[in-house]
Amino acid sequence: MTGYLLLEDGSRFEGRGFGFKGTVLGEAVFQTAMVGYQEILTDPSYAGQLVVMTYPHMGNYGVNPQDVESRRPHLKGFLVRELSTLPSNWRARGTLDSYLREHGVVGLQDVDTRALTRHLRSRGALKALLTNEDLPPEKARETLAAFEGIDGKDLTGAVSCRKAYAFRYEGGNEPPHFRETLAPGRVASGRLHVVAVDFGLKENILRNLLLRGCEVTVIPAYAPVRDLVALGPDGVFLSNGPGNPEMAAAALPLVRYAAEHFPTFGICFGHQLLALAFGGRTYKLPFGHRGANHPVVHLETGRVEITSQNHGFAVEEASLPEAFEPTHRSLNDGTLEGMRHRELNVFSVQYHPEASPGPHDSLYLFDEFVKRMEEKT
Amino acid sequence: MSGGAPRSVLVIGSGPIVIGQACEFDYSGVQAIKALKEEGIRVILLNSNPATLMTDPGLADAVYIEPMVPEAVEAILEKEGVEALLPTVGGQTGLNLAVACARRGILERHGVRLIGASVEAIETAEDRERFKAAMARAGLPTSRSFVARSVEEGLSRIAEVGFPAILRPSFTLGGVGGGVARDRDQLARLLGEGLALSPVHEVLVEESLIGWKEFELEVIRDRADNAIVVCSIENLDPMGVHTGDSVTVAPAQTLTDKEYQVMRDWGLKVLRTVGVETGGSNVQFALHPGTGRMVVVEMNPRVSRSSALASKATGYPIARVATLLALGKTLDQIPNAITGTTPASFEPTLDYVVTKVPRWAFDKFKGADPTLTTAMKSIGEVMAIGRTFAESLSKAIRSLEVGRYGLLDGVDPVPDRKTLLRKLQEPNWERLFYVALAFNHGLTVQEVHELTGIDPWFLQHVEALVAAENRARFFTLDSCPASVLRQFKRKGIADRALAAIWRCREGDVRRRRQEASVLPAFLGVDTCAAEFDARTPYFYSAYEDHTEAPTPSAPSMVVLGSGPNRIGQGIEFDYCCCQAVLGFADEGFETVMVNCNPETVSTDFDTADRLYFEPVTLEDVTAVLDVEKPAGVVVTFGGQTPLKLARDLERLGYPLKGTPPAAIHRAEDREAFQALCRAMGLRHPEGAIARSVAEARREAAALGFPLIVRPSYVLGGQGMAVVTGEEHLDAYLAAALKVSEDNPLLLDRFLEEAVEVDADALCDGKEGVLCGVLEHVEKAGIHSGDSSQVYPPQTLPPALLAQMEEATLGMARELGVVGLLNVQFALKGDEIYVLEVNPRVSRTVPFLAKARGVAFPRLAARLVAGRRLGELPLDLPPPRSVFVKASVFPFARLRGEDPILGPEMKSTGEVMGIGADFGLAFAKALRAAGTALPESGGIFVSVRDSDKEAFREVAAGYVREGFGLYATAGTRAYLERCGVPCEPVYKVGEGKPDAVDLLRNGQIQMVINTPLGRKSQFDEAAIRVEAIALQVPCLTTVEAARAALMGIRALSARRPDYRPLKKWQ
Ligand SMILES: Nc1ncnc2c1ncn2[C@@H]1O[C@H](COP(=O)(O)OP(=O)(O)O)[C@@H](O)[C@H]1O
Ligand SMILES: Nc1ncnc2c1ncn2[C@@H]1O[C@H](COP(=O)(O)OP(=O)(O)O)[C@@H](O)[C@H]1O
Ligand SMILES: [Mg+2]
Ligand SMILES: [Mg+2]
Repeated sequence: MTGYLLLEDGSRFEGRGFGFKGTVLGEAVFQTAMVGYQEILTDPSYAGQLVVMTYPHMGNYGVNPQDVESRRPHLKGFLVRELSTLPSNWRARGTLDSYLREHGVVGLQDVDTRALTRHLRSRGALKALLTNEDLPPEKARETLAAFEGIDGKDLTGAVSCRKAYAFRYEGGNEPPHFRETLAPGRVASGRLHVVAVDFGLKENILRNLLLRGCEVTVIPAYAPVRDLVALGPDGVFLSNGPGNPEMAAAALPLVRYAAEHFPTFGICFGHQLLALAFGGRTYKLPFGHRGANHPVVHLETGRVEITSQNHGFAVEEASLPEAFEPTHRSLNDGTLEGMRHRELNVFSVQYHPEASPGPHDSLYLFDEFVKRMEEKT
Repeated sequence: MSGGAPRSVLVIGSGPIVIGQACEFDYSGVQAIKALKEEGIRVILLNSNPATLMTDPGLADAVYIEPMVPEAVEAILEKEGVEALLPTVGGQTGLNLAVACARRGILERHGVRLIGASVEAIETAEDRERFKAAMARAGLPTSRSFVARSVEEGLSRIAEVGFPAILRPSFTLGGVGGGVARDRDQLARLLGEGLALSPVHEVLVEESLIGWKEFELEVIRDRADNAIVVCSIENLDPMGVHTGDSVTVAPAQTLTDKEYQVMRDWGLKVLRTVGVETGGSNVQFALHPGTGRMVVVEMNPRVSRSSALASKATGYPIARVATLLALGKTLDQIPNAITGTTPASFEPTLDYVVTKVPRWAFDKFKGADPTLTTAMKSIGEVMAIGRTFAESLSKAIRSLEVGRYGLLDGVDPVPDRKTLLRKLQEPNWERLFYVALAFNHGLTVQEVHELTGIDPWFLQHVEALVAAENRARFFTLDSCPASVLRQFKRKGIADRALAAIWRCREGDVRRRRQEASVLPAFLGVDTCAAEFDARTPYFYSAYEDHTEAPTPSAPSMVVLGSGPNRIGQGIEFDYCCCQAVLGFADEGFETVMVNCNPETVSTDFDTADRLYFEPVTLEDVTAVLDVEKPAGVVVTFGGQTPLKLARDLERLGYPLKGTPPAAIHRAEDREAFQALCRAMGLRHPEGAIARSVAEARREAAALGFPLIVRPSYVLGGQGMAVVTGEEHLDAYLAAALKVSEDNPLLLDRFLEEAVEVDADALCDGKEGVLCGVLEHVEKAGIHSGDSSQVYPPQTLPPALLAQMEEATLGMARELGVVGLLNVQFALKGDEIYVLEVNPRVSRTVPFLAKARGVAFPRLAARLVAGRRLGELPLDLPPPRSVFVKASVFPFARLRGEDPILGPEMKSTGEVMGIGADFGLAFAKALRAAGTALPESGGIFVSVRDSDKEAFREVAAGYVREGFGLYATAGTRAYLERCGVPCEPVYKVGEGKPDAVDLLRNGQIQMVINTPLGRKSQFDEAAIRVEAIALQVPCLTTVEAARAALMGIRALSARRPDYRPLKKWQ
């Protein structure tokens, strides 16, 4: 079963199919994290994307029921250099191949992923068609030409929860010592109720809040302000999510309200929405930041954090109102990685402090959130 | 940190190459020195190893080639006004020396601070008990254990951990003195040895984690507490096999992100707990494959072999960064040298797989136990990069140069099932090949996993490689479709392996590939998986579609490296390759390096303009040459490895530069060489070639005994022996290789009592100049790589010296050598014999370069580039001091190996001792080699009859110096007759107390024992082996005993002085 990836600039990368058999359209992007494919697969921020993994071996440790960030994969296609058929890990419960097949993700292996990555690096993220069935090239070109891309789409609406719910986590079969290693710097002394707005959120964020003694209620992206108020939160969390933040304009009143009334913490998409809600602008990066090794400097302390990142858009620093001050910056390209409001109890980061996958260097931000909520109450 | 960055820093190197400490510290040292110089700091270097690049003029401001002892450090501090000492780039030697200096108050006395690691941090990491306590405080689990300070304590507390127990001595290197004790007897024996080898007489006795998965992290921290992981490494061989003896793979392959991040958190926590404030460390972990339980095994608070590997594997120069951090910089202030645009404060991400495979020398140490355990035994390693594990493993195997090109190549004879199972269960150096064999015999991945403990993930790839090789058998060269051929190449299978399967020549496979356009691409190592553009061209080959190899702009010169370290070919050749790169750069060429040894300076991406990290085999080298299209390629700087390729490269039309292959052949081919000697009127030992056993016997009878015999085309005297009679010859023939048409045996008259001499010369094809002549201390018959040598010669009559010089230059001119040439002579009376001619750089070149202060190989490269000798700056004033080379042997580590010397080389490294006279220089050389000559006490003497007369004077000399002699019956009878008093002592087995008892009681401070010959060697061997285990100097020739006496006399007259090399030259 051969297949290929066709890019909007006409270039083609061949491979062999695996996972779900089919043809999908999406935006081709690359991820440089060497491990953590299951977390990546289940991160809703990848909705609409065809993800190229730069590390050649994927599937080495199989899949397991714990290392997920949501109930199912959200990306549309997964491209790898070599798929492991025999997973080896004591927590493994299945293979990557069958997992993708089960969840409708189109896979392609034996791809020259390095050449493809270099291509995407120089051309930027591209619209693409991925197929692992016998799709005639002519047909593929026509289909791709008709595809309008994902930048103009509201992907948030598609991945956000439909109804509010209370988040619970019983814990799973995680590695020994996993919890101790995550040891929170601050645990809420009393009851703290966080309302998390779900733009496509990763569960590890919520697990981190639970670990710090918070109660978490998740509400849909476009919930009315009154729903938020009715829940009487001690703090509001604005989650990560897929696609172009401008397409989620419907959420801006809620974001603005939350920021003006509650201690508020935003991550990634949530960070971008905060900027938009206060009159800032966002823009599309040439090929995005996707990896688990991005250095970010915390401007106040000068400390460097190795961060997990996954974003195609960024906040234009110059467009931010005076009221916001930058707190973190990328050491790779100088882009804005974090900010806080000078008066309001609001702060946000562009990267993923919840890691998963990635280093735990930035977990202190959850402690900071707890502290801000406690100081308020 | 007080007072900001220091203005002058003393860098401590790692001394001679030993098992567990090889060129990687030349690499880290060179990086450190370069980094310090860039910061405008004055650098003073101490290293006793003259074969290193770091001791070259032009790098450090002052170089001390002196014994690495606290007295030398103190002398340097006095002279140089050093402000800080950097101990973390010189391996265990550097750390131990720094701690010793600190303990003696030397650093404090001179107001010198340690940078890179504090004494507290070093002690917390290296003292196994303190380390465990620190881990416990930090909440990090380690395995159950106790510390034994005596054998009795070990025996009485063993129930706390049970059997098997793992012994790990404190403050030692590469697990020396450690091992696995399965019962009380083994415990007592191993503990005794371990306690003797640990400088603090402590051994950790620990619960066994054999079979757990083993991982390593390379971590770095700066003074602002930024900490990163540069690389993760997974050992294919599980716990119980030293990481230095394990096949290792980067990055880790079988950890989920959750597990990996816990390991990362722990790694950084270990670093902080131990208190490494700035710099790099290596942290090792064990992980239970069934439950994920993880423990910390150890940490090394310094750069290491693994950090060199990690630097090469990722492109992240750990030693360089660690040095800058030690000066007080922070990670974000240092640019990533490869991208140039991003900072060093990031974690490299790979888009390829790196495999390291060690190389051992058990074929040379037949007495040593070849089982792999917790004490490292390998002497070199190769690294290979591929896009997949299979590809990198295949490339690593052919990089090894052990005559195997595929996994099914040559595990011979095919063992029976029982042997096979044992070979899988008991770690040994060929285990990987037995694993392949097991798959070939139908064992499953699960079965092999249970037998070996190797993770199924790795095994499935070995199984797939075996399947691919077997699949190839269904085709022929012509019937194999291009697409299938490409699949084989994508798994890394060598042309040679395919040629063996298809019964054709390697060249046929290459041609077929070229016709079918199945060619490798060259990809960049860029630290970032192509996320950013890389500036530094560092490449590896892989069968992908898109190549990144640069289109050559200026004319380039390709230097072929020397591959893995082995006995007989090590750091000296890497030194020469690096020098060649400099020489070609002097001549305006772009330089290109091809090599596969991750320990080396040559594979630093900073050394040549372009680096290809590739096996030094015909297939891989020609692939590089095809894309580079260089002006020239040189094979004469990397030792025998590239030299072997000369004829093929020439035949294929590549622009070979330097000494022409025909001349190489004339020097190396036996008959051609004899003709050459005859033509030049030079004597060489009478000899013959035998192509069968019968012929060997016939020729031997004709030539007469003793004879020196060897297989043709050998390196480091491999398989070479002196045979004394017919019976001995038969035994040799029975034990050694099959003699055949293709494997002829060379027989030469053995020159007894001959003085051996090495000479090196530079030649531009027409004119030559001598680099120097080295006189050997030991007689011919002891391999030139093992004997002690002295420059300038001490006892050679000037007329003979002049004749040898003339002969060397004559030979160079006659052969048309362009570059360097080495000739070995033996002097018997006043007859000069030529033993051999090496038309290339030799082991002695770096030594002469240091003694004379001239970078000979660099000049040689300029000659290769077309310069005439007269055009080069060459100033060779007569030497002002005496320079002695002493060799360093691995006997202490390879337990049970008899430390006698012969024509087969056994040393791993060398040191230089310098003094105003021979005695002092020799004493310093021995000191540098780790042998402190005793000032008084008892000496055990036992010499063979033929040595007795010569020994009499030496024995009397020791007595005059106040030593008491203990002699065995024969030696004693003779000495007493000559009026030299000595005490009687039994040989082992004769009665009690015997020599070994005296050794153990501490009554004997030195052993002088010349082997009696084959028959009675057994009990003597026990004495020598024991001396080695107890670290008592053991001299096995009369010449060495005489030289040592001169050393002892010199030392009793005055203390050695320590000077910068320039002041000696
Ligand atoms: N408790 C143990 N059980 C089994 N193997 C062990 C144990 N501790 C160490 N080892 C093995 O011994 C090797 C050497 O031990 P280590 O502490 O790393 O010494 P070194 O300082 O020589 O590197 C390790 O690489 C590991 O494979
Ligand atoms: N005919 C000989 N008589 C005495 N010693 C010899 C003779 N030939 C070789 N040797 C000894 O054997 C050693 C190794 O031989 P050599 O030819 O130099 O081998 P290699 O190529 O390994 O250097 C020499 O250094 C010398 O000591
Ligand atoms: Mg170790
Ligand atoms: Mg160690």
